[in-house]
Amino acid sequence: MHALLGANGAGKSTLVKVLTGVIRADGGRLVLNGEDVRISSPSQAARVGLAPVFQDPALVPDLTVAQNLRLTGAPLEGVRSRLREMDVEVDFSEQAGDVPLPVLRMLDLARALARDPQLLLLDEITAALPSDLAERVFAVMRKWRERGRSVLFITHRLAEVIAVCDRATVLRDGSDVGTLVPQHGGERRIVEYMLGAEVATAAAKASELDEARVRLPGDGNAAGAAAEPTLEVEGVRAGTVESVSFSLRPGEVLGLAALEGQGQDDLFATLAGERRPEGGDVLVGGRPLRARHPYDAIRAGVVLVPADRLLALLPQRSVRENIAAPRYNSPLRWGPINLSFERRRVKEAIDALQIDTRAYRQVRRLSGGNQQKVTIARWLASGFRTLLCFDPTRGIDVGTKQQIYSLLRRLADGGAAILFFSSELTEFPLVCDRVVTLYGGRITGELPAAAADEASLLRAMHGLAEEVA
Amino acid sequence: MTTAAATADRRRPGIHAARLGRRHGWTLGTYVLLLGLVLYWRTVPPVWGSFDVQSLAIDALPFAFAAMAQAVVIISGGIDLSVGSLMSLVNVISAKYMATMSFRDALLFAGALALGAALAGASTGSLITISRVPDIVVTLAMLFVWAGLALQIQPIPGGGAPLKYVQLATGQWFSPWIPSGLVILLCAFVLIWLPLRRARSGLALYSIGSNRNAAYLSGVSVTRTRIFAYSLGGFFAGLAGLALTATSGIGDPLSGQYYTLNSVAAVVLGGVALVGGKGGLIGPIAAAFVLTVVKTILILKGVDQNWAQVIQGTLIIVVVMIGGLAIRERRRT
Repeated sequence: MHALLGANGAGKSTLVKVLTGVIRADGGRLVLNGEDVRISSPSQAARVGLAPVFQDPALVPDLTVAQNLRLTGAPLEGVRSRLREMDVEVDFSEQAGDVPLPVLRMLDLARALARDPQLLLLDEITAALPSDLAERVFAVMRKWRERGRSVLFITHRLAEVIAVCDRATVLRDGSDVGTLVPQHGGERRIVEYMLGAEVATAAAKASELDEARVRLPGDGNAAGAAAEPTLEVEGVRAGTVESVSFSLRPGEVLGLAALEGQGQDDLFATLAGERRPEGGDVLVGGRPLRARHPYDAIRAGVVLVPADRLLALLPQRSVRENIAAPRYNSPLRWGPINLSFERRRVKEAIDALQIDTRAYRQVRRLSGGNQQKVTIARWLASGFRTLLCFDPTRGIDVGTKQQIYSLLRRLADGGAAILFFSSELTEFPLVCDRVVTLYGGRITGELPAAAADEASLLRAMHGLAEEVA
Repeated sequence: MTTAAATADRRRPGIHAARLGRRHGWTLGTYVLLLGLVLYWRTVPPVWGSFDVQSLAIDALPFAFAAMAQAVVIISGGIDLSVGSLMSLVNVISAKYMATMSFRDALLFAGALALGAALAGASTGSLITISRVPDIVVTLAMLFVWAGLALQIQPIPGGGAPLKYVQLATGQWFSPWIPSGLVILLCAFVLIWLPLRRARSGLALYSIGSNRNAAYLSGVSVTRTRIFAYSLGGFFAGLAGLALTATSGIGDPLSGQYYTLNSVAAVVLGGVALVGGKGGLIGPIAAAFVLTVVKTILILKGVDQNWAQVIQGTLIIVVVMIGGLAIRERRRT
């Protein structure tokens, strides 16, 4: 069981695509069981015993699950029994587009397994899975190893690598920088390999952040408590949100921790104005906000940074236009654009976020981390008071994550109020002042950042609030 | 398939019915609309009988084939603006040479022409996939190519076809209530489309329209499937052109013009998503009949031709809007 690691844009997914024939190799050779092979298409990869599970689900949304399986020539019965082994229930006559994402991932896995491949390639399969399903994936991987087959596993979660993998290869900037045994040396050495030359600066940033941490809970909260709350949420109901109340003060980063599907999606959609609440009030600066459209929320200074960067960006336009886009909202700006003013604002935002602008002309060519920075920079350039960050570091490498943490802290110190949801629990104590947990559509607990270690967060996230308190 | 059915059966039957309704609701709606229109149509002329049904079938036959041609391409995620002019081309070639042929030769010639049209479609598809120019541009260019060739072959209407060939589409089957054109349409549908829908190539057609990347990752050859979609579309367009020859008994280089955009209208009305991946062929076929019945009713009512067009356009917008609202309403619940 071999892990493939690396920062964003290091070439992990590209390597998988080359191995499975999605992209043709520019050079080099591929040796499979001692034989040279050339793989030119996904179907040929399947014939030589390579079965990939890609980062994005490879099921056609308008076909039923059964039709999808027939399309790939996967044996229906085989897939069904694999799913039963993993204890996942799937209705095969359902259209793939109606199946929830985690189940689709399991289906992808079962389909790959049913071909009985020599080598299973899993590209970030656990990123979209709740922890119980991820455990089942690991169980399958272990079983696969016992049968003498191989697994190539790509992930950003280093703990998973240490727990399940025998060896790990680290990629950086498109070439491999080393292979190591993850059990020896652990997380620290992997990170060193991944960061390479940047390691010194990144580590420095991390310690700087730690210092900030020690300092913050005192003066940060004192300043926050004095001020009027920027955002107040009172008994909001919307979809899976049953009843949520909290308040957010300027200069504060409030963490929101939750397991998959506890209402965080609907809560963020409501606050950002994408969805109307069925009950309760959202107060912004003491005044009720009745947003019928994200436009209303943005005007009130409540802006969203979504997990999926491409939802928020205009992928084919330049960095400048993307950052300036929210500024076109005001009808007063419908006239000619004041380019020099705009350039200045955009440049300030780019500098503040240290965006790598080598691919300035088209945002889609930026790496994921830089794209995420652009989504934040947009709001920086157009002004806001409350920032809603929904899993802003999903699929982003360690170095950029650090930059985003310290940026959020700086913004908060500058008086912004930030609501921060993340699927990685270790982030909360780094960024937040307080953390609230959401379970079954209700707030089940509140912890000061200092006490928000993984264990107590997890307990509160499972609705065991009493024990935490 | 049997295993999939077994899973579904274990669940409550209500869910199954609801899902059927969700998936085929639009097609059913088109047929209900057609039925309603036909019932109304019966009351319009003083005498309504098998003759009216026959003339509807004759009017609608080329249109229905054109709608099938367009539907296949749109399901695969493309669009074919050359359907109408390819029809004209097949129409003039067949009328020019068939006039003097025996029935048997005419049939063989028709078969060859349909295959030729499939080849023409395949060449359009190849051009699109090789040049990577958008579908709409290439097929627009092909529209001019086929239309020019048709005019070159027969600048003015003329030619003809053997009587027995004409009767293939304008005759009747057992009873005067069953027009043979309808039977031919049904045969083409049952013999070509139904087996295809079950086959891997049919699934591939839907998959590249639904999500090209997922289809590619599933091992579908996107290039080959796109070419296949256009050649199948060409084949149906060829049948539509041959149907034009049979129903009109003449070759007219401008006869297909009407069908290019009308086929798109029928496809939309028939519940095929313009972005591809959704829908089938029965919906567009019904829609072709709906639009023909509407036209017939308006003519019978003596409505001015220009107003008739306005009414047809409005009908399409209203129906598609109601359909869209119904889908949104369902999502909300």
